[in-house]
Amino acid sequence: MKRSGWLGIYAVAYLVFLYAPVVLLPLFAFNDATIIAFPLSGFTTEWFAQLATIEALHDSVINSLYIAVSTAILATCFGVFAARASSRYDFPAKRGIMGFIMIPLVLPEIIIAVALLVVLLQLGIALSAWTVILGHVLLCTPFSIAILNSAFLAMDRSLEEAAYDLGETRWSAFRLITLPLVMPGIVSSLLISFTISLDEFIIAFFLTGNEPTLPVYLWSQLRFPQKIPVVMALGTILLAASLILLTTAEYFRRRGVARTGAKDTGGFL
Amino acid sequence: MATLAARLRRWRRSEGAQGLLLVSPTLLYALLLLAAPLATIVAFSFWSQDYLTIDRSFTLENYREAWTEPLFRELMLRSLAISGAVTMVTVILAFPIAYFVSFHVAPERKALWIFLITIPFWTSYLIRVFLWKVILGYNGVLNSGLLGLGIIDEPLTFILYNANAVVITLAHAWAPFAILPIFVALEKIDRSLLEASRDLGETTVTTFLRVTLPLAMPGVVAAVLIVFIPTIGDYVTPRLVGGPNGLMIANMIQVQFMKLNNAPLGATLALSAMLIVGAISILFLWLNRRFLKVRQ
Repeated sequence: MKRSGWLGIYAVAYLVFLYAPVVLLPLFAFNDATIIAFPLSGFTTEWFAQLATIEALHDSVINSLYIAVSTAILATCFGVFAARASSRYDFPAKRGIMGFIMIPLVLPEIIIAVALLVVLLQLGIALSAWTVILGHVLLCTPFSIAILNSAFLAMDRSLEEAAYDLGETRWSAFRLITLPLVMPGIVSSLLISFTISLDEFIIAFFLTGNEPTLPVYLWSQLRFPQKIPVVMALGTILLAASLILLTTAEYFRRRGVARTGAKDTGGFL
Repeated sequence: MATLAARLRRWRRSEGAQGLLLVSPTLLYALLLLAAPLATIVAFSFWSQDYLTIDRSFTLENYREAWTEPLFRELMLRSLAISGAVTMVTVILAFPIAYFVSFHVAPERKALWIFLITIPFWTSYLIRVFLWKVILGYNGVLNSGLLGLGIIDEPLTFILYNANAVVITLAHAWAPFAILPIFVALEKIDRSLLEASRDLGETTVTTFLRVTLPLAMPGVVAAVLIVFIPTIGDYVTPRLVGGPNGLMIANMIQVQFMKLNNAPLGATLALSAMLIVGAISILFLWLNRRFLKVRQ
């Protein structure tokens, strides 16, 4: 730890800054007061109990889960196609095509949202869970490609060639050799897309019809001060859920790295 | 004809054709759901709203309104100022962290650190922004803490419901998007270059300035663009913590589309924001290329 003293202190201070809002969440979720402020007044699980009684919340959770699962599957399928093409083949206008597909990574979500809204309204398509899925797939596919690209690139191509030499067809070699090797990448792409879709607000806000997603429902509740403790309780549950999901995703990613024998460089992106 | 058919058949078996075929489903999806909608809002920006219908005669009226109306101009300039401030704060705060993880953390623990840095960002964005309101508020965590410690005598009011609050909240929200590209760039630096620099008599500081920093610049540039471009379109943060003087252009775009039912003007505002951000990004990239060339 040569000359890293100050930097180390800074790193810890920065982590405190990063975790400050997250740490408050469970504190207020279990706090026995309707006002979100210090000092804390006492321990209660009432807010969690209330969660079980709100019908509109349950509908929005189910709606969001449906959207997130569909998005994860579709985005990962599109991701597999594009990542396989970009990692294995050289084709005309490759940089342009891949760059174009990756655009939603940097495009403000509100632009995607309004552009899709205008088109859907012009075509006379009613807003529903599926219109949100259309937008979310667009948003999640680049993340999926980024994850799967490194999974495909990390794979040793000679394994596939060996399969061809041993008489496998292109498809059977892909199914028997490539797919199992990149499976950890696929699982991690599914989980990341699921998490992004579950949390996405702007596109859902514009494209959801009468059935709000969970973030859209939350947004409507933030206006009512008396509803905030329940929102905190919900947030705590969501935090726990995404922690479990991400730890799983990280586990699969590391297993993938170990399986292909590469050096672990860390991170999802 | 036979040769043409044969060539076509050969082309279909070629690597290029197979790659194109494989990428085509994703490309088609992006064309249908990204390119076509974007083209539609470009078209909309030249049309006008006639009560419930769209008047499809060509007009530049929307652009005149978007670029001269004082309210729109103020919102646009404020959005740019906030995005710029957020980008600067985020990248400057992120660099030392990326540097610390890349250079001072043992290789087997780097993944854990990156994981620790990314975790807070997978909690609900809405709730995270709302919690900043709780931290920065008049009776908030920060004020009651500082009051309790006797550092201040009365609550600070300049930290909520204004542009400062938006900058703080967004700097938090975009932290990993700045840290990760810089970290990746730092990881790529060949450590023997640093040793060489030290052997040739440079100090720690000059080695950092003349070797590490220039090599890390691609990461910094990526971080700047990744933070700057999307933050201009943020809707939630200005709405929740910005107050009336912290609202940004996205809030106006939403109002035009959903409250005033003026899609053409909303589309024009959205496109104008993108054009300005795009122009600034290109200028930034150009300056960097020039600047880096000078350095080399």
